[in-house]
Amino acid sequence: MSMKHRRYISSKITTGIVLALFLIPVLWLISTSLRPNIEINTRPPVWISRNFNFDSYLALLGFGVNPERFAFGENVPLGAYLRNSLVTAVFSTGLALVIGTLAAYAFSSFKFKGRNGIFLSLMLARAIPGIALSLPLFFLFTRMGLADTSLGLILAHAALNVPFTAWLMAGFIGEIPESLNDAALIDGCSKWTAFLRVELPLVGPGLAASGIFAFLTSWNEFAIASVVSRTTASKTFPVGLFDFTGEFVSDWRGMCAMSVLMLIPAVIFVIIVQRQLLRGLTLGAVKG
Amino acid sequence: MGSKEKQKKEKQKHSSVMLEERRLPVFLLLPAAALIIFVIAFPMIYSLYLSFTNFTLVSQSAPKFVGFRNYMLLFQDSVFLPALGRTVLYIMITVNIELVLGLFIANAMSHVVRGQGILRTILMMPMMFAPILVGFQFKWIFNDQVGLVNNILFEIFQKPVIIPWLIQKPLGFITILVAEVWMSTPFMVIIFLAGILSISPDIIDAAEVDGTTEWQKFIHVIVPSVAPFIYIALAVRSLDVARAYDLVSIMTGGGPAHRTELIWTYVYRLAFTSQNFAIGSAMSYITVLIAIAFTFYFFRQLIKMRKGSGV
Repeated sequence: MSMKHRRYISSKITTGIVLALFLIPVLWLISTSLRPNIEINTRPPVWISRNFNFDSYLALLGFGVNPERFAFGENVPLGAYLRNSLVTAVFSTGLALVIGTLAAYAFSSFKFKGRNGIFLSLMLARAIPGIALSLPLFFLFTRMGLADTSLGLILAHAALNVPFTAWLMAGFIGEIPESLNDAALIDGCSKWTAFLRVELPLVGPGLAASGIFAFLTSWNEFAIASVVSRTTASKTFPVGLFDFTGEFVSDWRGMCAMSVLMLIPAVIFVIIVQRQLLRGLTLGAVKG
Repeated sequence: MGSKEKQKKEKQKHSSVMLEERRLPVFLLLPAAALIIFVIAFPMIYSLYLSFTNFTLVSQSAPKFVGFRNYMLLFQDSVFLPALGRTVLYIMITVNIELVLGLFIANAMSHVVRGQGILRTILMMPMMFAPILVGFQFKWIFNDQVGLVNNILFEIFQKPVIIPWLIQKPLGFITILVAEVWMSTPFMVIIFLAGILSISPDIIDAAEVDGTTEWQKFIHVIVPSVAPFIYIALAVRSLDVARAYDLVSIMTGGGPAHRTELIWTYVYRLAFTSQNFAIGSAMSYITVLIAIAFTFYFFRQLIKMRKGSGV
């Protein structure tokens, strides 16, 4: 067997194993969500179910009967979690994109005093973990009436995302050839209008990538949300998942169904924008 | 239009451009600065202040200044230093395992021509999952009664095997490590794959002509060529792992009996469960300062390296 051929086979086998290792945990989660609890709890274990159904999802979403009397189902204010998570993620992403892109434009196109210092402090802000912020934010928000509101969480998540957005977008804006911008300036545009008309339309893919990152950061964020949000008025999906996995230890099926619902946006987004995502990831990591 | 007038107009335009050049960046940065000061800087200053007081969640009276007492207490605390040590160990083990796995997987994937895109897409998924969800997923996989792992052991030994993965002493820590590695190795793979694919084919061809083995090629050609990528990935991941909280929080909550306690689960426990907010703040401050020092060091090295290699 030639070496090239052997290498080809061995890399195929390696990637196959890797793929299996990454897929099996997720498949286990999905399969649990589709099987009756009786089957989940029996021994010897049932590997291939004859009773796949979507009852747990229907119960969670508030439709249909509840044949097994899930500890879950209507007890879980899933609608509220979904609404809060969506509102928080969408608005904080929008805010982070606008604010972060403006900052990125300043970094990529202007030379000013303290530029490196400001950039570094942005990165330092990113080094502070959410859990460290959550303690004082809880008090600050309580005093300002922002505790347990989506507005408070929107501001917090936007602030978490601004540094990374600025970092990514500075990379994307920096890639635009300067000649394009110069041409616009010669045509009599001010720098600002040149940015709006020439540069901004060209960084669409960058905006998409940063937007996805920001959305998922907010959608997945737990440390701050778990402290700042107290009731269904602002509790997001991850906090809800945490609450219910603590309370109903026996209903694995319901909890798995809830997790599967939570990972749907991640999966959809990765599939839609994988190309930009990949570019953003490598750009962000390599160009810093 | 006279030429003089034209010149004047030119000049005016020029000075307005200069003005824009100076003022615009300030306006551009203002919103970002305002938001970060409000949500990050101000709370951090507030928690610095609290760390010097005797404030607790239940205290009714105003916080009293106690100097460095909380910081002193920390070093007498029997959980703090072990938790700090465990966090460092956790960072070192996960990041190194991820590095080795990441290099091997990326190298293998770089040879796969058909379906590389799909592979990459699937690998990107765990990176996008919430840590809280990954934690739950592995909590269920390692469930002592009917989890996936113990079910497989049942099939192998043909009798119930009840290993309390999340509770027994070294096992709890190991299961958390497994979850972290599962979640984050893809990041390394994606970065290294980009690195490997950017190596000039000439270099690889030259190595192949010399009759090197696969292993030699991997160690002497591939790994050195992606060194800048390795450095960046290690730094980014170390900082990320240093913040570990969600995953541990849902899997074991740092328990039982502090066996899996990392620094941030302990901060939470002190501040909210024991309601000792002041000591929690002191502890989180020390940890944040360490992380900031590391970030600072990392960016300086990165700038140095960039100047050196032109990456």
